[in-house]
Amino acid sequence: MDQILGNISLLIQFPVVNINIVLQGVLIGAIFVLAAYGLALVWGVMNVKNLAQGDFVIAGGYASWWFNTNLGLPALLGIPLAFAILWGIGWVIYKLVIRRVIERDLFTSLLATFGVGIVMAQSMNLLFSADTQSLRLDYDSLDFFDNLVNLPIAKLVGAITAVSLAIAVIVFMKRSRMGQAIRATAQDARAARVMGIDTEKVYAFTFSLNAAICGAAGAIIVLVWEIQPFFGMGYSIRSFVIVTAAGLGNLPGVIAAGFGIGILEQFGAHIFGISYQQAIAVLLLLMVLIYRLAQQRRNRQVLQ
Amino acid sequence: MNKTLLYIALLIISIALPFVFPNYTISLTAMWLLIIVSLTWDMTGGQMGYNSLGNIFFYGTGMYVAAITGISMVYDVGQYTSAAGGGINNFTATQYFSGLGIGAVAAGIFCAISAVILGYLLFGLRGPYFAIGTLGVAIAAGELVSNWEWVGGGQGVSLPVYPGDLDEGKFFFYYLFCTLGIATFIFLKWLYSTRFGAAINAIRDDEEKAEAMGIHTLRYKLVTWSIAAFIVGLAGAFSGYQLIQFEPLETAYQTINLGIFMVVCVLLGGKGTLWGPVIGAILFHVLKEVTWTYFLGWQWVALGALIVVTVVYFQDGLMGWLKHVRPEWFGERVEQKPGSKPSSASQAEAAQ
Amino acid sequence: MSVKPIAIAAAIATMMSYSAAANAAAHSKCAELKIGSAISLTGKYTTAGAHAKAGYDFAVKKIDEAGGVKIAGKCYNFKIIYYDDESKGDRGATLAERLINQDKVQYMLGPYSSGLTKAIAPITEKYKIPMVEAEGASRSLFNKGYKYLFAVLSTSEQYLASAITLAAEMAKKNGKDPSSVKVAIAVENDPFSLDIRAGVKEDAAKFGMKVVIDEKLPRDLSDMAPILNKVKLLKPDVLIVSGHSKGAATAVRQVAEMKIKVPMLAMTHCESANVIGKFGKDAEKVLCSTQWSETLSYKDELFGSASDYNKEIKAAPGSAYANKSVPYQTAQASAAVYVLKDAFERSGSLDKDKLRDALTKTNMKTFYGGIKFSAAGNNIAKPMVLRQIQNGKYVVVAPSAFAAGKLAWPRN
Repeated sequence: MDQILGNISLLIQFPVVNINIVLQGVLIGAIFVLAAYGLALVWGVMNVKNLAQGDFVIAGGYASWWFNTNLGLPALLGIPLAFAILWGIGWVIYKLVIRRVIERDLFTSLLATFGVGIVMAQSMNLLFSADTQSLRLDYDSLDFFDNLVNLPIAKLVGAITAVSLAIAVIVFMKRSRMGQAIRATAQDARAARVMGIDTEKVYAFTFSLNAAICGAAGAIIVLVWEIQPFFGMGYSIRSFVIVTAAGLGNLPGVIAAGFGIGILEQFGAHIFGISYQQAIAVLLLLMVLIYRLAQQRRNRQVLQ
Repeated sequence: MNKTLLYIALLIISIALPFVFPNYTISLTAMWLLIIVSLTWDMTGGQMGYNSLGNIFFYGTGMYVAAITGISMVYDVGQYTSAAGGGINNFTATQYFSGLGIGAVAAGIFCAISAVILGYLLFGLRGPYFAIGTLGVAIAAGELVSNWEWVGGGQGVSLPVYPGDLDEGKFFFYYLFCTLGIATFIFLKWLYSTRFGAAINAIRDDEEKAEAMGIHTLRYKLVTWSIAAFIVGLAGAFSGYQLIQFEPLETAYQTINLGIFMVVCVLLGGKGTLWGPVIGAILFHVLKEVTWTYFLGWQWVALGALIVVTVVYFQDGLMGWLKHVRPEWFGERVEQKPGSKPSSASQAEAAQ
Repeated sequence: MSVKPIAIAAAIATMMSYSAAANAAAHSKCAELKIGSAISLTGKYTTAGAHAKAGYDFAVKKIDEAGGVKIAGKCYNFKIIYYDDESKGDRGATLAERLINQDKVQYMLGPYSSGLTKAIAPITEKYKIPMVEAEGASRSLFNKGYKYLFAVLSTSEQYLASAITLAAEMAKKNGKDPSSVKVAIAVENDPFSLDIRAGVKEDAAKFGMKVVIDEKLPRDLSDMAPILNKVKLLKPDVLIVSGHSKGAATAVRQVAEMKIKVPMLAMTHCESANVIGKFGKDAEKVLCSTQWSETLSYKDELFGSASDYNKEIKAAPGSAYANKSVPYQTAQASAAVYVLKDAFERSGSLDKDKLRDALTKTNMKTFYGGIKFSAAGNNIAKPMVLRQIQNGKYVVVAPSAFAAGKLAWPRN
């Protein structure tokens, strides 16, 4: 308790620190947004709840890391490479597994992707060993206010890449033929089929795109934090928190929730200690669920 | 087929197993644990249509409540856990058994009550939201307990060793789990044949309709989940004493291990049937032991693949498949429960 | 990365190679002597578990080459039966029972980490199976009156306590009172690291130092910026980090990235995290506690000197250490096997109780250091060593009897 009060008083004593925490939260949030955006996409379009989301992220990280350490490619090039490779992996997983669970009851996709996640995490463990890995961009850190606010350029680069990728995907969804087909399928798959849209192709594309986005997110994460084969779960959970908090089909909501979670988590970690980080994310999820439930209850409805 | 004879034979096998395979007693005990948690998972998951991923919460909580109750009867808990169980052998046999007994009962009751509270908060959620919400409860509980120093924090808890002879201890825990498993099975067999069973099946098949027909659905859901929680809590309590030393994240609240295994077992055997979870648990346990022995390091890949294949291709499990190829074996059940048959049949159709 | 069919093919290939390795082990003329061990091949301790396994395997091979274990005129070769405990205590305990009951193992080698050892020790104790362990350092293992548990390593409260002593010395040297030193602690929430924290806190209390940050690291640690932010604000004089390899890697990286100025940065697991290889000059002047260093002057008949051990294991075919330093986790695992061999030869029998009695009388000088067990089973003949990374090399700076260089202070 003393520790918590002490940590809060630090925030008041050094107001600048709040800026730093918000900044860190935004930088982390940008990456959460990517993974959550992908999840919102597959959830909305094909009603698949992908619990392997985090493992796609980590796989992207390892793909980038592998190219950098084994072939000496520049670290930033890892982002498009991870995007491409995870696209392929996503497509294979779609054809092998996801295709067969789309029309099934909702729990099936959850459990099937959970199994996919286990296979991926363990394969990575065996392929790359369980060492934590990271790549380093040889950039300095910017600092302000006597180093109380600190902004590693690598993190900034990561966040900017994440945001640009998100924008690119949004524009793609709005403008391109495929994007329109995806949105049409999301609205009403049967009607889309009637109108001549090959929904099977749309699903495959959407799932691959999701995996690719996650892969790119992972390639950014490996530049700014550490990855390890078993770290996927945390990212999956956060994606679910964000999408659930935002509500389905609410893309601006996903972005806002992503940044919100990032910032709240950082404040939580400051006040309660980082050992509560995952618990904080999960408790936020529960609070959001219960809040939305209470709202629904007023209208005599349930959350489904 | 004479059913009574079959049941008696199975009962005799259950009792005789540790004498026939004394070296496998521990493994067989683990199998009973799996059967118990699968059976209770199916109460909400299969029979009531609420797929919880957080039943492991009751396992871990039961483990902790029983252990702390047992310790608190003899020592000051804070002191005991901060010494990480130093001087652990200072439990007499009476203290041990009364700690285990009272602790287990306390664990069961505590879990049942927490199921009511959690259920009240979460039962408005449906489908995947319910699954994720309950998973969240289990994860958060594990993290919070691991930061709670009074119960040992990340150190975990050390419990006393079984006070008697070695083999006696092994048999003691085997029969403890075996009894709980058989009792659970008989209880569920009875429960599913009552109006209560029909009511929860109705909730699964169409909750709105069930509500419209005058079933107080929330009450049924709470009672069902708290019965499951009570049983899992007992199993957790026994496991804690059997393991002697356990820690919060990897052992007590082992979300992605036992927490998922129970679901896989049920799917493997067949959801919404009485025998499905039992058969699934036995099959899964054997598969697990084999992969753990021969796939050193790769067992998890095999396991993940198994989950995927089960879920994707054998959604209705072994019992579902049997029902499909040998419907006459289940003829009696169709008469009794009009609710259960059509739904799984339609699922089977959808699967094709 | 590979697509699924390739992964499956790889799975099968690896499986086969495992069984092939198991078959190949029995090539020499000596009889086989089964030892059991549960080790972490998956889960959070995978990295360290692999180091321990490498140490065991190297020692077994080495003993084999040196003519095996001679017990009452007959020669034997160790054969270790491994199971993967997945870094989970309950799995470890089940596997221990399985090794004892199903595989009829009479002697055990320890798993990795204090937590796993804590889970397994009650089982081996129950069955009266002697277990020589090399990777469980928490004191909570040695306050339970276990009679069949023997640990070749120093207990964990000693890991970083000497860093506190050094900080006190430095304070005195600069004309300050040691009690003015502020200590920050960030440790993982597991038995090993919590015991380190306890040791550091005890020592800090002895000097009257103030602990200004006392936080725990999560299991899936990838970002410790919130703690480092507090370090910036509270300006401690010593920052203690213990979180196995991922803790060391994260700390070194982020301390550099966030330009944290702290005069002394001390941690565990530098070697297994390969911080020099990964972070180069950012790892400079980090203090690392170690059970063993290849630069120490220990030696024995089997492995030669500490540096011989280091060279040989690096040169071994397929060695994982060709390009990185050998962590002490590997060395102590080898030492544990050596202790077993020695005890077997002295007892002159395959009886496990005689082996246990011989183990209690162990008094060896090995490449890893002196080994002599207290009544509680921990090794009391070997000190911990504190090394500092100087110019990309580990230099022993404490205790003074072993010191090969002087402490560079402050860090920045």
